[in-house]
This record gives sequence, C-alpha cells and structure tokens, in this order.
Amino acid sequence: MGRFHRHEDGTAHSHDHGQDGHEHSGDRAGDHSGYRTGVERVEVLERIFDENDKTAAANRAAFAAGGVCAVNLMSSPGAGKTTLLRETLARLAAEVRIGIIEGDIETSLDADRLAGFGAEVALINTGNGFGGECHLDAPMVGAALPRLALSELDLVLIENVGNLVCPAEFDVGEHARAMVYAITEGEEKPLKYPVMFRSCSLVVVNKTDLLPYLDFDMDRFLSDLRAVNPDASVLQVSARTGEGVDAWCDWLRAQLASYCVG
Amino acid sequence: MHELSVCQAIADIVMRRADGRRVAVIHVRAGQLRQIVPDTLVFCWGLLTEDTPLAGAELDVEQVPARIACRACRAEALIGDLPVFVCAACGSTNVEIISGEEFLITSLDLAEEVPP
Repeated sequence: MGRFHRHEDGTAHSHDHGQDGHEHSGDRAGDHSGYRTGVERVEVLERIFDENDKTAAANRAAFAAGGVCAVNLMSSPGAGKTTLLRETLARLAAEVRIGIIEGDIETSLDADRLAGFGAEVALINTGNGFGGECHLDAPMVGAALPRLALSELDLVLIENVGNLVCPAEFDVGEHARAMVYAITEGEEKPLKYPVMFRSCSLVVVNKTDLLPYLDFDMDRFLSDLRAVNPDASVLQVSARTGEGVDAWCDWLRAQLASYCVG
Repeated sequence: MHELSVCQAIADIVMRRADGRRVAVIHVRAGQLRQIVPDTLVFCWGLLTEDTPLAGAELDVEQVPARIACRACRAEALIGDLPVFVCAACGSTNVEIISGEEFLITSLDLAEEVPP
C-alpha cells in the first residue's frame, strides 16, 4: 500500500515515508511554492462521507415518518432494472402504493418507460457539472423527496444510475439494497466488483431466459458471490418472460413488513 | 469515477477546518475497499481546486489494506488482490472486516509564507 501523492511540478509517486529520506514536513518548502510545509499540523479525523451520511439519515427519517420502505436498486447499465420495475408495477401497484426515484444521467427515457404503470415517478438527472454523476447520493435523493407524497406511499424504489462501482459507496437513506445482475455480464463480476456485491442483501440474477444461449456458469457465479457476500439472498428472474418476478415481489413485501410495521 | 464528488466533500471539510489559513498538505486515509483510485483522486483534486483558495494544496493518500478476522477461529488475514471474504484458516464465512473500509481526512499541514 503506502502513500501516493503528486507534487506541484506534476511528478507523482508512491512510497513509504521515512524510508527514502524524502520528507515533506520539516523546514524546507519541498514543493518550491514559496511556502514552508509542516509548520503546523491540524488533526482532522473526519469521515469524508460524513455529510452524505447525515443527509442519508435525514432521508431515512423522512421515509420512516411517511411510513415508507425505501429500496435502493443498483446494477450495470442494461441489466434490466427498468424492465424489472415495470413488471413489478404491473404486479404490485394495485396492492402497494409505490413511488419511484429514477436516477438518469441525461434523459427521461427510463422514467417515460415507467409512466402509466401506476406509480409516482420523480426523475433526477445527474447530468450537471462534469459530464454527469455516475451515482445517486443522499442530497440528490433528498432533493427528489418533496416531489413524492411520501405519506400516501408504502414503498419507494430508487433506481440508481447504472454502474457497479460508485453507487455502492453512497448511502442514500434506503432501508435495503438490491442488485439486478444480468447473466449476459458474465459470471466473474462478484470478484471484480466486491464492494457492490457485498453491499446488497439481495441479488436478482436477471435474463435467465437467455441461459440456453450463453456459456454463463451459474454455479461459479453463485460460489463467487458467496465468497464475497455469504449473506446475500439470490433470486433467478427473467423480467422479460416474468419468470421469478413473483418471488421478487414477495421479497419486496417482506421488506415492507419488516421496515414499515403498522 | 466518483472521485469528483469525493474531492468536493474533501474540499468542504478542509475549507471549514482550515478556517482561512493556507493549506499545504491534506492527509487522507483510504481503505482498500473504498474503491478510490489515488491517481484519479489527485487528478480530480487538481481540477476541482483550480482557482480556489485550495489550489496547490497537495493531497497525500495513505492506502490501508483490507484485513479480515474470523469470528470462528480468530485468525486474521489480509484480503490481498482477490476479494474473498472467507477465513483461509478454517473456511468460515463468518468474518469481520477489521480494516480497509476507512475513508477519512486524518490531518492538514498548514503552510506558512516564507518572508522574502
């Protein structure tokens, strides 16, 4: 491991301090900036995600106050989150009052696909600034909450931006995290994206209707998933044919029952 | 990929703690499981702080390896490159992560202007 940093002159390197005689503190201005460094050290010890996590706690409290269970749904782009949501609404919307927070970098395409299926949809475009955020964070979800009548909902499904890295790092105030994983992505991904797979309590293995046409090794996938997250539940689903979608809806009902008693 | 958001969070904390004083070095500790690419973080830091009071402040990233402890047999081990959360000694999956998830600013080195 060791340390990594870049100097003013653009050079960057990794090393363990104190082993190569290369010091950054002391009485010389090591970066030639005209400033001495290390004159005074201020202890900080603050978690970098602290601000996000405080907002996430506020979101969680807002969900709880509205009697709402919130599920953060994550996946790669194209794994089938929106199709699964559409099938979910078709089965659950008559029984459970559902709101959807839809994270999308630029367009309303996904939100449009969900229109008319009986759910309130709040769209968050993350495309401000440097070419669009790759994830939803707690302040973005918090900003969307006023657009949902939480007291008139039971369940909020948060469709995160398609990405297997960044969304895992940001608590948005959800009660549970679920992942949609398409078998077209190959079986080795749990070991490549362990943080994402570890952060979810359920992995929906989607597109199982394609199993006969692919070399996907389900046993290997499941054993790698166990190595990374032994506690994850797994459901095999084809959102396209509807196979397994009822089991997913049962999982959602169970989340509702455990987080929104009364 | 989320390094820009992370840099913004770092800048907010540093501006508050520096309280108007000029900062030379920001010491950050990042666990292996935090998915932070130090080179990308430093690159984004340069972009984000350009033309701000933090321009030129150096980001020093200390990386901490992920270490697990087995709740069954108490053995400890480094995760290494393959992220397998299984005890190598007894095969139990009942393990806890004892390091590698931290992500914090540990300290700031303030700069002092050298008199001409």
